[in-house]
Formats: sequence, C-alpha cells, structure tokens
Amino acid sequence: MSNVGIVIVSHSPLVAEGTADMVRQMVGDEVPLAWCGGNGHGGLGTNVEAIMGAIDKAWSEAGVAILVDLGGAETNSEMAVEMIGEPRSHKIIVCNAPIVEGAVMAATEASGGASLREVVATAHELSPS
Amino acid sequence: MAALNLARLIAAASDTIAANAEELTALDQAIGDGDHGLNMKRGFEAVRAEAEAFSAKPLPDALKAIGTKLVMTVGGASGPLFGTLFLALGKEISAKPDRANLTAAFGKAIEAVAARGKSQIGQKTMLDVLQPVHDALLQGKTALEIADIADAAADATVPMKALRGRASFLGDRSIGHMDAGARSTALLVRTVAHSLGESA
Repeated sequence: MSNVGIVIVSHSPLVAEGTADMVRQMVGDEVPLAWCGGNGHGGLGTNVEAIMGAIDKAWSEAGVAILVDLGGAETNSEMAVEMIGEPRSHKIIVCNAPIVEGAVMAATEASGGASLREVVATAHELSPS
Repeated sequence: MAALNLARLIAAASDTIAANAEELTALDQAIGDGDHGLNMKRGFEAVRAEAEAFSAKPLPDALKAIGTKLVMTVGGASGPLFGTLFLALGKEISAKPDRANLTAAFGKAIEAVAARGKSQIGQKTMLDVLQPVHDALLQGKTALEIADIADAAADATVPMKALRGRASFLGDRSIGHMDAGARSTALLVRTVAHSLGESA
C-alpha cells in the first residue's frame, strides 16, 4: 500500500485497540494500521520491541506516523525508531497530538494519499502550541 | 585504568539491583507507577544471562549489547533511558579507555540520556546523579569518592520537584521523596566504582 501508515501506541492495550477500531470504522482499510499497548508482562506500559513490531506491520514506503499517549509512550517510540535505524527511520515520525483524535485525523489525511509531512502536520494541528 | 572484568561487573550490578529491587519499587510507588524495581531487576537479569557472550566482545560492542538488551527487557520509560546510557557509552568509549576517554564518553552518554528523556539537570531524574558523577570524574576523584558523591546526589533529589516523567503529574507532592531512577543510578555507580576500585 502506498498510503502513509499509522501506528497507535498506548500504555493500555484496550486504549490502543479501541483507537484502532475507531480509525478502521471512520477511515476504512485504505491505510496500513497497527497498534500496541501494555508493558509485555500483562501490565500497563509500553514496550520498544512491540512498537518496532507495530511499525513493521504498518510499514509503508510513504512512511509511518506514530500516535502516542503519555510520556513513556513517546520515549519508547523514539527509541524504537532509532533502533530501526536508517534509512527507514527517516520515514517515521512520532506525532505530538492527542492519541484518538490524532490517529483519526492522521489516517483520514493518509487515506487520501497525503505525504508523511502532510499527515503529521494534520495531527499536529490538534495540539495547542 | 585497571583492566575490567566485565562478566563479574555485570553479575555484581545484577546482584545489586536485585538486592535493592524492593526499595526501588517502594520509592517508585511513592511518586511513580511502582514498577521500577521489578523492571530493572528483569532487565539486569536478562543482561546477566548473556554476560559471558557480552564480555567476550570489545568493550564498545559489549556496552552497546548491554544497552540494547536493557531497552528490550526493562520496559517502562527506564528501558530506553538506561539503555541509551549504555548505547551512547558504547558509541563513544574506546576498547581500552583511559580516564580521559571514559570521562568524555560518559559526558556524551549523559547528553544522550537528557535528549532521550527531553530532560535536564534539576528535574529530579537520573541526570541529577549522572552529572555530579561526571563532574567528579573530571575532578579526578577516586572511585570510592565517586560512589559517595553518587549516593549524596540521589539523596539530593528528595527535596526536588519532579518536572519529568510520571512523578511530574504530582507536582509539589513529588517533593520529599527520592527519585527511583536517581537511586538505581547511584547503586550502579557504586557497583562500578567498587569493581574498578578493587582492581585498581
């Protein structure tokens, strides 16, 4: 698929999966989509390995936008991008946006064939700066 | 600088974290999410399981391997933060470091941790221990002096107000508790200092 991919990273697998459900229902299947949540040991948290897996799953040559919830999700997502390394890391951006609204808006933009830069800009418009 | 027995140092670090895991968890329960002790213990046990293989590598590669393992196994926000410390150290250090090289590499590693956590000194984090340790390295302090400086620096996070991480949600209520990451950093510094001091 040539559309930008969307990855949803929450501390809670329920939040991540629910957000992905909303994206699927509101935007459809035109966008590569993956989610992950939880610390990998049954608790709340985020996990670098799972985030790397989700990026692989939603991978698109057009790039991947990641939507996160609280601080640790951002730190772990940035770590995952760094560990994936070049050249793919240049096409992955962690968005500064609310996770649910950001995911829906970014996916909507992506479904129309927008570039990674445009997708991320759309998500960022949701954040008070 | 004395030759480093990395396998023994890894075992010592893992023992130290395990022995203090309950204290770290209690500190984290006060102002964080209460998983720091368990997370660190799991991560260092995972490193220990591969200590032989890691210590057979040249020091820079060994440190990078330890960092990667910590990133993948510690979880929480501590995994990327402690992982980045070792990854960056591995990138900067030479195979047979002298004190100057160690000090410079340590300084770069602190910058990498600060960038990863988007944090700086004085925000009640592990940086508040790492920076005084770097200063002490620069000033030529002995290994055991450095261990004491690290402990004092962890204690000094008690009156600070958390500005990063989950503890920051508590605002003023974070004052009066030691930062768990600062404490685990001080424990690790003491372990390394003891090991280097012993072989010096």
